[in-house]
Amino acid sequence: MTHSSIPLPADVASPGDLSGLLGRHDYLADEALSTAAFLALRMRRPLFLEGEAGVGKTELAKALARILDVPLIRLQCYEGIDSAQALYDWDFPRQLLHLRAAEAAGVTDVSTLESELYDRRFLVARPLLRALETSVEDRPAVLLVDEIDRADDEFEAFLLEVLSDFTISIPELGTITAATPPLVVVTSNRTREVHDALKRRCLYHWLEHPGFDREVAILRRRLPAVTERLARDVAGATQRLRGDSYDLLKPPGVAESLDWAEALAALGARRLDPDLAAATLGAVLKYREDQARVLDAGLAALLNGSGAAAGG
Amino acid sequence: MRPREATGGPPRDPVGTLVGFARTLRAAGVSATPDRVHAWLGALGHLDVRNPRDVYHSGRLTLCSGPDDLVRYDRCFAAYFSGFTPPPPRPAPPPVRMPRLVSVPDVVEGDPSGGEHRPAAASPAEVLRFRDVSRLREAERAEVRRLITLLDTDPPQRRSRRLRPAPQGRLDPYRTIREMLRRGGEPSRLLRRRPRRRPRRTVLIVDVSGSMAPYADALLRFAHAVVRARPRHAEAFSTGTRLTRLTRELRIRDADGAMTAAAAAIPDWSGGTRLGEELKEFLDMWGQRGMARGAIVVICSDGWERGDATLLGEQMRRLSRLAHSVVWANPHKAQPGYRPLTAGMRAALPYVDAFVAGHSLAALEELARVIGGDRRA
Repeated sequence: MTHSSIPLPADVASPGDLSGLLGRHDYLADEALSTAAFLALRMRRPLFLEGEAGVGKTELAKALARILDVPLIRLQCYEGIDSAQALYDWDFPRQLLHLRAAEAAGVTDVSTLESELYDRRFLVARPLLRALETSVEDRPAVLLVDEIDRADDEFEAFLLEVLSDFTISIPELGTITAATPPLVVVTSNRTREVHDALKRRCLYHWLEHPGFDREVAILRRRLPAVTERLARDVAGATQRLRGDSYDLLKPPGVAESLDWAEALAALGARRLDPDLAAATLGAVLKYREDQARVLDAGLAALLNGSGAAAGG
Repeated sequence: MRPREATGGPPRDPVGTLVGFARTLRAAGVSATPDRVHAWLGALGHLDVRNPRDVYHSGRLTLCSGPDDLVRYDRCFAAYFSGFTPPPPRPAPPPVRMPRLVSVPDVVEGDPSGGEHRPAAASPAEVLRFRDVSRLREAERAEVRRLITLLDTDPPQRRSRRLRPAPQGRLDPYRTIREMLRRGGEPSRLLRRRPRRRPRRTVLIVDVSGSMAPYADALLRFAHAVVRARPRHAEAFSTGTRLTRLTRELRIRDADGAMTAAAAAIPDWSGGTRLGEELKEFLDMWGQRGMARGAIVVICSDGWERGDATLLGEQMRRLSRLAHSVVWANPHKAQPGYRPLTAGMRAALPYVDAFVAGHSLAALEELARVIGGDRRA
């Protein structure tokens, strides 16, 4: 990856250009998604991605970071996350050491000591602050706020505040403003409804499972070891598993079909047959009931007509 | 799906067309607020306004805020940009059989002939507490409604991952060191912390089918009292032949306003029951994604399942594995000699943690206690 050859967002003139660029970084986006990413870059507006688990929400952020050739800064949300874990924290032990050292050296000027104590070097930057600090002109950082639906709503309000003006004020240090707003990707699995005020600041995109052709392309692109035949078999079976006839508790996402294809390739499979499918079913179905349901219906039925779905 | 601009002809002002589309969208129930429309126009500044696909995608990105919106958006877009008037946003709500706000009369005092004998010593309110809500007269019903609104529905609690300062518990190194810093590095007292308590999520599913009609109003009011007491930690659904999420409607503070909104939102009032399928839909769409996880799920239904109850049993098993506890309120339980004989009830009971009645004010108080019960959980 040579640095100079990476085009910056300014060189990307249309969603189509961006789609091609994403494709070169192994992320195959459809028109809707590439328009979303294009506008997020151009309008400097956060991108709010919702969809089933495993449809590639997190992957998009990673691909965008690769395109811009900047590090991806990830804030994984969980229940109970607070500003000390998202913004910054003071490094108390180091402050204490500094204090003791100053004492030993005989420093007595209290005000100097105090100002030294709350210096930037004693500040531990957490993802949000790091994103603001590393985001410079022409090279916006990519900030991934993953699974926002897991955080509590107090945190959502706090995030809204940061995302609206990309400024963080630290009482002891002053205000830190991003030179240029980072590219923010917020993802949600929709375990709960995220507040409308937050969505309003964002571009909203609902990610669907890919169609057959796109899924084959994704498998081929991400897993060079997988043969065309195997990719088509896996994609066809996965598409059928997502259909209404199976009605699974957790229909497999792209992440699962990638796992499955990888598992099959590791076993040296060149195509999918019932025995191999039975041996590797755990890679694609993670509920016992789902496995039972598919096995009851017969694996042959799952694999039948792999080619027939090609049109879909 | 071709915007008219794309077909050539005399240029027209795109802004007018776009704003007109946003208005159509609002009429269809998508909250395409002015700031969103502004964002849309901004987005089109980076794209080609003459390209229908750009118009379509950018509008979807900026004007919608959920999967429900996307369906409406697609329909409106097709209709608006092909020159047809879109169909009316939604069918007229079913006739609202909800009460108007009435001044509460001095209920039972002035009307001693209630058809039932009451012990002379009991206060009217006390008697009313135990009366079956389906057998009340209008004035009594108004009083019971008022009392339901006043029910004390303390949210159940759970331990959070988050810690808070406490006199006892684990050592809190950060606060201890900060305290030391404040004293110039002198070791001072040890500060401690322990897990915070957060409200546990409560999910209510109220059966509004025909057989539950006499109780549906009281139970929905109960759901309102629960949702209002902890708006961010409670969810409510109605079920019958369709599953309807009522949380938003029941967040309206005024009880009668909330009931009117809920009645307008429920499409299958007093219809049939497909409890098993509804429960499956709830678990597929909401429950398994997280809403039912660790929650207290309350099902208010008589369990009169038409047809096969196997599905209901399966779904109840699924629910019981996700939820912290499952409470079933069946108003018929209070009838003397009641036995859970209906197929639905029999299928569901093995997976129910608490089986209560919920037919009278006292029974609803009991239900509230069961929900809030485990205060130390």
